[in-house]
Amino acid sequence: MTTLQQPATAERRPARPPGRGNRRSWTGWGFIGPFVAVFALVFLAPIVYSIYLSLFRDQLIGGNTFVGADNYTQALQDEQFWASLGRVSLFLAVQVPIMLGIALLIALALDSGRLYGRDFFRIAIFLPYAVPAVVATLMWGFMYGTRFGLVGDINEAFGVTLPDPLSTDLVLASIGNIVTWEFVGYNMLIFYAALRVIPHSLYEAAEIDGAGQIRVITAIKLPAIRGALVIATIFSIIGSFQLFNEPSILRPLARNAITTDYTPNFYTYSLSFNGQQHNYSAAVAIIMGLITMVIAYVVQLRGMRKGA
Amino acid sequence: MSSTSSPATTASPSPSAAAPPADAAPGAPRLRTRRRQHSPGRPRRSVLLTVLTGLVLVYTLVPLVWLLISATKTQQGLADSSGLWFADEFALWDNISQTFTYNDGIFTRWLLNTLLYVVLGAGGATFLAILGGYALAKFDFPGKRGVFAVVIGAVAVPGTALAVPTFLMFSKMGLTDTPWAVIIPSLVSPFGLYLMWVFATEAIPTELLEAARIDGAGEVRTFFQVALPLLAPGIVTVLLFTTVATWNNYFLPLIMLKDPDWYPLTLGLSAWNSQAETIGGDVIFNLVITGSLLTIVPLIVAFLLLQKYWQSGLAAGSVKE
Amino acid sequence: MRRTTSRLLRGIALVSTIALGATACGSGDDGDSKKPVSSGDVKAALEKGGTIKVWAWEPTLKTVAADFEKKYPKVKVELVGERSGDKHYTALSNAISAKKGVPDVAQVEYFALGQYSLTKGLTDLAPFGADKLADKYTPGPWNAVSDGDAVYGLPMDSGPMALFYNKKVFDKYKVEVPTTWDEYVEAARKLHKADPKVYIANDAGDAGFTTSMLWQAGSRPYKVDGTKVKVDFADAGAKKYTDTWQKLVDEKLLAPINGWTDDWYKGLGDGSIATLATGAWMPANFVTGVPNAAGDWRAAPMPAWTAGDKASAENGGSSLALPELGENEELAYAFVEYANSGAGVQSRVKEGAFPATTAELESDAFRNTEFEYFGGQKANEIFADSAANVADDWSYLPFQQYANSIFNDTVGKAYVSDTKLTDGLKNWQDASVKYGKEQGFTVE
Repeated sequence: MTTLQQPATAERRPARPPGRGNRRSWTGWGFIGPFVAVFALVFLAPIVYSIYLSLFRDQLIGGNTFVGADNYTQALQDEQFWASLGRVSLFLAVQVPIMLGIALLIALALDSGRLYGRDFFRIAIFLPYAVPAVVATLMWGFMYGTRFGLVGDINEAFGVTLPDPLSTDLVLASIGNIVTWEFVGYNMLIFYAALRVIPHSLYEAAEIDGAGQIRVITAIKLPAIRGALVIATIFSIIGSFQLFNEPSILRPLARNAITTDYTPNFYTYSLSFNGQQHNYSAAVAIIMGLITMVIAYVVQLRGMRKGA
Repeated sequence: MSSTSSPATTASPSPSAAAPPADAAPGAPRLRTRRRQHSPGRPRRSVLLTVLTGLVLVYTLVPLVWLLISATKTQQGLADSSGLWFADEFALWDNISQTFTYNDGIFTRWLLNTLLYVVLGAGGATFLAILGGYALAKFDFPGKRGVFAVVIGAVAVPGTALAVPTFLMFSKMGLTDTPWAVIIPSLVSPFGLYLMWVFATEAIPTELLEAARIDGAGEVRTFFQVALPLLAPGIVTVLLFTTVATWNNYFLPLIMLKDPDWYPLTLGLSAWNSQAETIGGDVIFNLVITGSLLTIVPLIVAFLLLQKYWQSGLAAGSVKE
Repeated sequence: MRRTTSRLLRGIALVSTIALGATACGSGDDGDSKKPVSSGDVKAALEKGGTIKVWAWEPTLKTVAADFEKKYPKVKVELVGERSGDKHYTALSNAISAKKGVPDVAQVEYFALGQYSLTKGLTDLAPFGADKLADKYTPGPWNAVSDGDAVYGLPMDSGPMALFYNKKVFDKYKVEVPTTWDEYVEAARKLHKADPKVYIANDAGDAGFTTSMLWQAGSRPYKVDGTKVKVDFADAGAKKYTDTWQKLVDEKLLAPINGWTDDWYKGLGDGSIATLATGAWMPANFVTGVPNAAGDWRAAPMPAWTAGDKASAENGGSSLALPELGENEELAYAFVEYANSGAGVQSRVKEGAFPATTAELESDAFRNTEFEYFGGQKANEIFADSAANVADDWSYLPFQQYANSIFNDTVGKAYVSDTKLTDGLKNWQDASVKYGKEQGFTVE
């Protein structure tokens, strides 16, 4: 069963006398109930409805008919769908490690206490996350412009011809850059927050043992924040597979490079909003959700096991 | 390894600001950093590390510098001048006043809407996440292991495909085109739930809860008086994330709202931006840019304010009880 | 735990089924035929008063709504116009699906009318007497709103095409303003050679522009007869267009800038985009979007495919229609008629809209208007002549909105790779045919 593990620390605290407070009772529902209720309304109900929808086909001519699993078999043979999945998989393989790597390094740098102006760094690097998508478009549209934009200015100033970031070949990397820009600070903050709750006593012990900085990082800090690393990875996987905002925002500037089936999420959007194919769109979304879940589960299993 | 130390020790070394943490005590040449200094080996500030981090900083700030500079230009100036330097005319104040007066000052309305959505949406989301995270961390209840699996599973389904079903449902319930259509979906923050779960597991010693229960405190009172204060740093982090998420919420409000009187800032700015795409539309890129800047500023201020709590919050966990 | 999860799911399923119950069960027994509405009914409704909800982004409607309210004090017009294009149609389609919150009047562009009228989303205005207004409008727009005896909207504006050109640039490099498309290609070469930063036009692939160009070239790629549809981009007219345009693409004479972007406005302002072939509604956008080039630009008739040929085409333009699920039909119709056929037309023209009504187009006041932006040129003469020369046998697909959305996925490749325009159009055709079949159309 795809149960996500509890946070690492909770998991590895086995030697407790039984029944110390974690009494199995319905009391917990009193606390988690409100979340679950709203969650059921805004997530589960639409999904259940989508599953229902995915069993029908509604045509402009001919109306609504029950088609069973037809939409699913069609989706599994849909080249556009698989191509879009391939694209986000490539994106995932390249962008997520880069982004999380930078975020982790900065978090460690901040936490090491060896930076000048740490507080300034922390807020400044987090800032892009606060920029709304509409605004990010404007800014990156300018940065990428080969005529009036920064790329154009650089070309002019140095007499070079940089490749067009919005060309078919480069646009995926350009999108990756925007995503990295937006979320480095966000992930950094998660790692940093996790680093901050590491008990001081551990460092004291390490100091007594005479451990160096690198040793402290590999032996204490990384294991302690593994839960945060895994969950950040999982949410980044979900984020990559659901890539939508950035391509859709950049699209007015690169209509030919960013097709309407560029990512799975973009594809379901196009099917639903341009083509009014809500039923088929729902089927594709459900399949995509299942694939994402499986991958997230595998990563979580491996991540939690590694070096545990 | 962290598991072997009782969470209580997290809190114990610095019961008050007056007593320096143990590791800073010997010699203690740099008094002002003693609270932060929890790493061993007495870290020395490193120029190299600062420069390297500074590179990332440049990367994050250049686009924002463009925004700042562009906000000082008129529509004419935007067309005439290079993006990374100022135009002849400095029009920032004029742009700001125009942003607030354009179209009978609807920008102010959007700003207030956004605040409403943040207070109710992000505030509510944080509260639900605290409750849920606390339950997952400190209670054993039927279905517990299933909850987070279902949450992750549901989050994995692409949201764009769910937009229309959600719209139809909300429409049936009469919620579309009302603030509730924005607020209710904002109340769920799966990531916030996870973070609070982690924080609650780490930060609340189960012994404290036990003690409170033995003293005869009810569950609600135990939560508010014992658990909540200990969660402060986590709460600030989650509040920050949910605030940003709500502030920048775009897609769902786009589907749910038609009446511009209920738009959040993101929708409003997008509407202004697309005026340039319509026949006879008024082209106001300068106001879009200034409006964007004004949209970001409150978040930065909020972040700065929260940061203060966050810092003290990390240590404050120890003071209560 | 598994059991709990599934129990939970079942509970949710139950809740959502209840919440959604109504959606599942049948739609539309409401297609009963309408009886004619007398002008007396409309007048009575106006006297009784009420509120009408209008979804339209056309900026000049603000004045019209205010005037209308002044004339009929008991009627209130709620004009909601913050969204345009795709976002507008998304909201409209969603409201129609939900059968709730549907506006009484909606702006619908000509290319999108087919889709809404076909799915019975729009009220036939003929029973209100709209069919008798045919003579008031120029042929292009009227053809777009009418289907046999039915009328699905009243034309609000029109976009007879003209060639806008930057006179300053043409004068500077001493290039003649082209009157045929062959001359246009020549001019493109000369300008770009004189200054590599100057392009004859921007085109990075735009469905509306391409279909309008095909229209002018005499191509009729779409044939629609009820639910029978034919798509064919291989006729003689299409070949004329692709032959010429392929030259511009191959020789990189078109600026790769998408329309309506920041870069586009800049390019129109700084002389790097030398011409713009588009609808006659463009002047208003020049004035607000390209203020720094005031006086530089002029209008000219569209270049001809064969010298002396006057054939023109429409680009853009929209109608006001009554969604079937809207209310207050009489009031709604009264407003639409006032705005698009009555006194509203003049007030809208005064604010820069380009009319679809022959009376305005032929009036001296209109034709003699001097455009300060165009250095005092009486540009409306050119536009009005263009309107009169639009062939009226063009039709869009009943799913043009979808077709346009995938234009850049298919034809767009011709602008960024070795794909030829003809192949791109063929791919577009295939994708459109596939969609048509999926939607239950009989496609040839």
